[in-house]
Amino acid sequence: MYAQMVTTDANRVRDISEMSEEERAFQERIDRGEKIEPTDWMPEGYRKTLIRQIGQHAHSEIVGQLPEGNWITRAPTLERKAILLAKVQDEAGHGLYLYCAAETLGVSRDELIELLHAGKMKYSSIFNYPTLTWADIGAVGWLVDGAAIMNQVPLQRTSFGPYSRAMVRICKEESFHQRQGFDIMMKMANGTPAQHRMAQDALNRFWYPSLMMFGPSDKDSVHSAQSMSWKIKINTNDELRQKFVDQTVPQAEYLGLTVPDEHLKWNEEKGGYDFSEPDWSEFFEVLKGNGPCNKERLDARIKAWEDGAWVRDGLMAHADKRAAARTAAE
Amino acid sequence: MKKEWPLWEVFIRGQHGLNHRHVGSLHAPDAEMAIRNARDVYTRRKEGVSIWVVPSAQITASDPGNKEALFEPATDKIYRHPSFYDIPDEVGKM
Ligand SMILES: [Fe+2]
Ligand SMILES: [Fe+2]
Repeated sequence: MYAQMVTTDANRVRDISEMSEEERAFQERIDRGEKIEPTDWMPEGYRKTLIRQIGQHAHSEIVGQLPEGNWITRAPTLERKAILLAKVQDEAGHGLYLYCAAETLGVSRDELIELLHAGKMKYSSIFNYPTLTWADIGAVGWLVDGAAIMNQVPLQRTSFGPYSRAMVRICKEESFHQRQGFDIMMKMANGTPAQHRMAQDALNRFWYPSLMMFGPSDKDSVHSAQSMSWKIKINTNDELRQKFVDQTVPQAEYLGLTVPDEHLKWNEEKGGYDFSEPDWSEFFEVLKGNGPCNKERLDARIKAWEDGAWVRDGLMAHADKRAAARTAAE
Repeated sequence: MKKEWPLWEVFIRGQHGLNHRHVGSLHAPDAEMAIRNARDVYTRRKEGVSIWVVPSAQITASDPGNKEALFEPATDKIYRHPSFYDIPDEVGKM
């Protein structure tokens, strides 16, 4: 997802009887559906896992601006340009809400950013794919934001208060993202034969990377089990992927586009589609840094951070100087 | 690493007549920039008519360990609620 393969430091999920008194009280609060707030007692593992997860989620929002930002200056109409600009600005906001949620756990935003730039934290694999045509912007909104919504809606119920509140705010804004993407896809799919081909090509290239967003099957993963008992993960990766496919296939049919999977078939018995798994070796390569755009994305982030340093420092120096002048005048 | 911009807590009045409510936090070099940033980060869809920003370092919070001492005494004072009193129907609306 926006946070993929987050580890928990757990080698197994412990039974409530094996926990210390504090830990048991903590787990019981979560089981009762209470929210954990930053100043409440929490196990070190919970705190660390959340920093990883929320940090990775925040990085994804920020890096995710790059593939779409690529098309702001080349949007086909002024209206499309204004819409895309607003969408990308929302993603910046999402990143900021999430960094702030992570900061309540005792890490600073600058630290997280530096960990990302040092390659010690990740962002979602999906943003390492290029946006080659305008139809890709449609596909990103429809599929990538669509997949993100699948994951973010249940996370509104997550146990950590600041994360949950950030998710509520984000979810309110996301549905515009998906709908503007689908709107682009409708225009393209019903346009000229060349535009229709572009829409199909975008779906072909983004289908499997979108399925990868949910991460490999984690039904046997200790980390997922631990995260689920802490309610910082609500559904398994397979559950969310299935939901995404079931929701998206009829939408592709509506567009008159073909999902690039010859094994895709409705399964009456399970009440969902059977579909092909993405190529997981490709996923792991992308995570390792070998996707088509990993280097370009990280370089762009580092450059923006370094080029902005004098502005950040200058504004801080100015604020300090004015504060000092004020104190002297008092 | 250089000095990081301080953290500010942001409060927004959603509509005329309502209280300002805490909506989140952000980084900014000073109060003026904090207001500008808050406008972009927290009110892109007309979420507010007024913004307050307060340096996070200036917030004093109650100690979660004191929760019982602070809030427990209120639970048995149900006579503070109107529903505690039985007023006969014939008295009319009260
Ligand atoms: Fe987002
Ligand atoms: Fe989005």
